[in-house]
Amino acid sequence: MGTGMKAFGAVALAMGLACHAFAADPVRIGMITTLSGPGGYLGEEVRDGFQLAIDQEAGKLGGVPVAVEVEDDGLKPGAAKDIAQRMLDGEHIKLMTGIIFSNVAGAVVPDILDAGAFYVSPNAAPSSFAGKDCNKNYFVVAWQNDALHEAAGQYAENLGYKKMFILAPNYQAGKDALGGFKRTYKGEIAGEIYTKLDQSDFAPELAQIRDAKPDAVFQFEPGGLGITFLKQYVQAGLMATIPMVVSSPSMDARTLGAVGDAALGVQVASHWNSDFDNPANRQFVAAYEAKFHRTPTYYAAMGYDTARLIGSALQATGGDVGRADAFRAALRKADFPSVRGSFRFGANQHPIEDWFALKVVKGADGKPILQTVGTIYKDRGDAYAAECKL
Amino acid sequence: MLLAEQILNGAEFGIMLFLLAAGLTLVFGIMGLINLAHGSLYMIGAFAAAWAGNATGSFLAALLAGMAAAAVIGMAVEAAVLRRLYARDHLDQVVATFGLILFFNEAATLLFGRQPLFAPMPPWLAGSVELLPGVPYPAYRLAIIAVGLLVALALYLLVAQTRLGMLIRAGNSDREMVRALGVDIGLIYTLVFGLGALLAGLAGVMAGPLFSVQVGMGEQVLILTFVVIIIGGIGSVRGAFVGALLVGMVDTLTRAFLPGLLKTMLSTSDADAVGSGVSSMAVYLLMAAILLWRPRGLFPSHG
Repeated sequence: MGTGMKAFGAVALAMGLACHAFAADPVRIGMITTLSGPGGYLGEEVRDGFQLAIDQEAGKLGGVPVAVEVEDDGLKPGAAKDIAQRMLDGEHIKLMTGIIFSNVAGAVVPDILDAGAFYVSPNAAPSSFAGKDCNKNYFVVAWQNDALHEAAGQYAENLGYKKMFILAPNYQAGKDALGGFKRTYKGEIAGEIYTKLDQSDFAPELAQIRDAKPDAVFQFEPGGLGITFLKQYVQAGLMATIPMVVSSPSMDARTLGAVGDAALGVQVASHWNSDFDNPANRQFVAAYEAKFHRTPTYYAAMGYDTARLIGSALQATGGDVGRADAFRAALRKADFPSVRGSFRFGANQHPIEDWFALKVVKGADGKPILQTVGTIYKDRGDAYAAECKL
Repeated sequence: MLLAEQILNGAEFGIMLFLLAAGLTLVFGIMGLINLAHGSLYMIGAFAAAWAGNATGSFLAALLAGMAAAAVIGMAVEAAVLRRLYARDHLDQVVATFGLILFFNEAATLLFGRQPLFAPMPPWLAGSVELLPGVPYPAYRLAIIAVGLLVALALYLLVAQTRLGMLIRAGNSDREMVRALGVDIGLIYTLVFGLGALLAGLAGVMAGPLFSVQVGMGEQVLILTFVVIIIGGIGSVRGAFVGALLVGMVDTLTRAFLPGLLKTMLSTSDADAVGSGVSSMAVYLLMAAILLWRPRGLFPSHG
């Protein structure tokens, strides 16, 4: 509500000052994201990053007034479907974004596309929408889900690890993670474990890791699971002898705050980091820290990039989302300075981007930070783009 | 070697469950109250300890803050909300205490935000001890086992040897008769509830450096805690102790060894799928088997 009022105020101001032909109504954007439960901070970051871009333009994106309606899906696909239905049918919103979790996206995105609306994803990118079922109105700003684990596999390869122990929770994203990792990692798999999604004690797995004596461990335990796993990994004395490689969802600025020094030495494959030295990123990180008093995570960075991408297309079309062909062509150009530096869309409208090697080190103030230490891939797309006929 | 380590892991997990289950089983057995919000008290203990630990840097302060916060909030909730529920049926209790879960989760979100908190580990327990050659075991986990055994002993002495314990046992057997004899049963209820909350808070404090301190952490362990008290027999602290160790052992050992065992019989991918499936069911199979054999649990209390 507060966001809506603020945007409304900005719009009123814009109309008074500029009196553009299109300034009659703000472009309305529906954001369905996860704001409650243990995964709630992820949606919070996306929302804040997105809102920052709007605030920087005083209520506009690409010079066009916008009004964002934010709704919490509570990580429930059914609830998200209801919200989408209301936004599409009841309010005739033509542009949606925000979904964090792939199982929610799987339920909601087809409804949005069937209604002829656009969906621009800041995070979730399941393989089901990246291959032959890609859609002309579906864009993903962050990545394709498999790509981040493929980058981690390549990172382990680059680091010269011959024998990896890999583990992930027993659900679709966990299986995709290990599958993606194995697609690019060519060495020996010393052990592969699927853990429970509600697991709180990892001691049995840690004992098996110690017993298997791998060169390194790859784990995809997102959110609280990852924090628990890392703490127990360090306490078991394993960090000193068996290094760890993870993909970015297992290690962001918030995770780091909760794990503390235990995370030192963890090696992360990511497409973005707060220390990237390009003008767009420097001003984004500075503005975000000034406004929210915390280091942005990649979720916030992707929320910001999503808003700026939408802004670039609104600018090109004068804010008329109804001219779908023109709006789509403008989105496809990705004519905005991404905080990642290099960024463009591939044939399936998923990113072609660079992947980087990060490492957790002690920062200047003694607190652990993520530091970029190298490049894993240049201009990499995803494994499904070839199947997409657009 | 691996087996010895996994047995220790099972014992440690069981002890953790026991701390939660002891309070829950007393409250359930003596007051007849199903308290779904028991996990919230565990969360309160963990949050208060993490907050105090970060503010002061002292583990002792964290321990005291966690236990005190859980006990005080527990007793306040008992007096303000739960007292009205004793006479009502279990469904009302479930609905009301589920409401309390939502309340505490939202309150924790408002106070601490959505991101998990950092909980410092006491430096003197950060290392590991080599119990058997070549198997370093984290000192902190050994400390949890030690604390849990001490609590079990103290609870046994309290229930079996003291006047309060006698009243607790009496209340467990026949609530109305105790009241008729002129005992202030309301006070005993509040004390027992506070004790249960204190133990849940203690579990939360100890869980902090080990698990992720976050909103909703209580619900993750709540179901297993209920399994423990049902296996052990509702109302019995001894049952909670044995049940918790059984659940901890079965859960840990099936997770550790079942997939490997199945691999000698099935192909690797089948063994992984079946193994992880069966090991997540193992605890519930155990409960079903025990209930078939002893429908009121291992150590049913009289009533």
